[in-house]
Amino acid sequence: MTTAINVSDLSFGYGGRPVVNIERCTLTRGQSLAVIGPSGCGKTTFLHLLAGLLSPDAGRVQLMGQDLSELTGSALDRFRGRHIGLVFQQFHLIRALSVHANLELAAKLARCTLDHERFAELYRMLGLDGLQQHKPAMLSQGQAQRVAIARALVHRPPIIMADEPTSALDDSNAERVMHLLKDTAAAADAALLIVTHDQRVRGALDAELELEVLA
Amino acid sequence: MTWLRLAFANLCLSPLSSAVNVLLMTLGTASIVLLLLAGSQLTERMARDARGIDLVLGAKGSPIQLVLSAVYHADTPTGNIPLQAAQRWAADPRIARAVPLSLGDSYGEFRIVGTTTDILEIYDATLIEGRPWKKSMEAVVGAATAEAQSLGLGARFASSHGLADGGPVHDYRPYEVVGVLAPTGTVIDRLVLTSLDSVWDLHDVDHVGQSRHGGLITLSNSGRPAVQDAQTTSANTSPSTPSVGLPEEHARDRNDITAMLLSYRSPIAAISLPRLINADPALQAAAPAIEVSRVLQLLGIGLDGLEAFAWVLIVTAGLSVFAALYGSLHARQRDLATLRCLGATRGELMLSMLLEGLLLSVVGVTLGFLLGHVTMELLGGWLQSARGIELTGWRWLPAETGLLLGLFAVGAVAAAIPAVQAYRNDPARTLAQS
Repeated sequence: MTTAINVSDLSFGYGGRPVVNIERCTLTRGQSLAVIGPSGCGKTTFLHLLAGLLSPDAGRVQLMGQDLSELTGSALDRFRGRHIGLVFQQFHLIRALSVHANLELAAKLARCTLDHERFAELYRMLGLDGLQQHKPAMLSQGQAQRVAIARALVHRPPIIMADEPTSALDDSNAERVMHLLKDTAAAADAALLIVTHDQRVRGALDAELELEVLA
Repeated sequence: MTWLRLAFANLCLSPLSSAVNVLLMTLGTASIVLLLLAGSQLTERMARDARGIDLVLGAKGSPIQLVLSAVYHADTPTGNIPLQAAQRWAADPRIARAVPLSLGDSYGEFRIVGTTTDILEIYDATLIEGRPWKKSMEAVVGAATAEAQSLGLGARFASSHGLADGGPVHDYRPYEVVGVLAPTGTVIDRLVLTSLDSVWDLHDVDHVGQSRHGGLITLSNSGRPAVQDAQTTSANTSPSTPSVGLPEEHARDRNDITAMLLSYRSPIAAISLPRLINADPALQAAAPAIEVSRVLQLLGIGLDGLEAFAWVLIVTAGLSVFAALYGSLHARQRDLATLRCLGATRGELMLSMLLEGLLLSVVGVTLGFLLGHVTMELLGGWLQSARGIELTGWRWLPAETGLLLGLFAVGAVAAAIPAVQAYRNDPARTLAQS
């Protein structure tokens, strides 16, 4: 089993106030982890540290064996694009581009060759057939979320991270999205990490990491 | 290609703003291109028309008027000068070539010039058919004159009195076309050339007609009663009724000409000859080179004003691009952060913003160049038929290449600050706030 995420002695704070303090966290490909905790406990900050969007004050983050502290600037950006698929709570689709162009852009930024079979497979799997040329503004909430998931998966990343993917959804939709994320991650043999304060996620994934608000 | 496509898509998000920016850029560029093309071609044309003419000898008056009338055939002459006085200077050893001009009549909008065949040398004019004039009332027509008036060999036409169309017609003594000139791209294309004798003879007859008012000669084609025509043609003796386009004392004495075009044997002549000629109370010497530069200077002030206005348009377009991109930056922070999460580098975000500015300027400037050249071509066509000034839009000036690149850069410069802001986007903070 390949270790996808390996975190040790990680700490981070804002202006001297500690926000994240994690001694150890490991996730292998094909496994899923829920990072849960109340608002302000540093879940999103932890996700940003894992994605290399923030630099830790101390400790180490390794993704697919690569220590992120060894990467700087554009190398880190490229590594992120190639190895991580990110799903945001607000989807953050690029407004100016169509559904297909959003997926194409993600694939290109991951420096992948465009695989049209992959696109077709995702459209079919996520029920997006017929929406390829739609702009994000024309999509329903559910459609936009599925496009966001498709975009995170298009380049077959070994790690998928989702930030509060269910917090704005009702029970049935939250369950559907969780299934979707788990199934697609499993199909891609990707490590799935979901940060959420949504208690409904508890027990839905292989493991849980509960964070607390630090004093 | 990815970033160009994204930049284009982003611009399409605000189609009205993008269209206004492109329009401003287009209008500014087209104005500059138009002025550049017109200015350079007019300057070139003026220089070409005056090539080989070092000095113009004419009656006292405005030197610019003398040059405009004798070299460019675009103004009324300052008056007549005694042929003998002019010939005295023509015989000066410092003069290599002297070409007398006798103006006063026209055919349609084309001036009839009584002169010698030496004038053909000045403009490197050659005959495409026929021969030079030999006898009185024989004429050689310039290429544009021949085409516009459908004048071929053997054609006969009656001249009108005066330098503007519509004067009394000398139909009692028509000219006969004996030669047609090949196009030269100079003012000679729009002239009717004949001998000095033709002009003198015609006006001698006029004087006879005038003295025999109501007698043998009538000016029937003018559409006016013979008596009135006779009065009109008597401008010389009746200063209260000046003739069309001519100074009052236009009467043709066989000893008078309108001007003489002189070419120096050596440039050293320019030092003393004009001063000596100007000392003569009846004569004036005007150097086309000096007068042309004076005209261009006057013209240049107007062109500079127009050019300044065009640059104001360009600067406005640049500021408008800046305002549009900077204004959209706030709304796009999340997109920029998302792009970083997807693997875009800071440099690529900067590039994407620069491309948006560049795209606006490339489209605007390209359309502006197209509009400028097409407008020049259309304007040239109109000026050619209305004023005989040949201007074309199908010409690329060396200065345009620099202008093109410079104007392309306007968009990139306008996008520089938004691009730096995009570069500095902090994805973690932006995403945490959204």
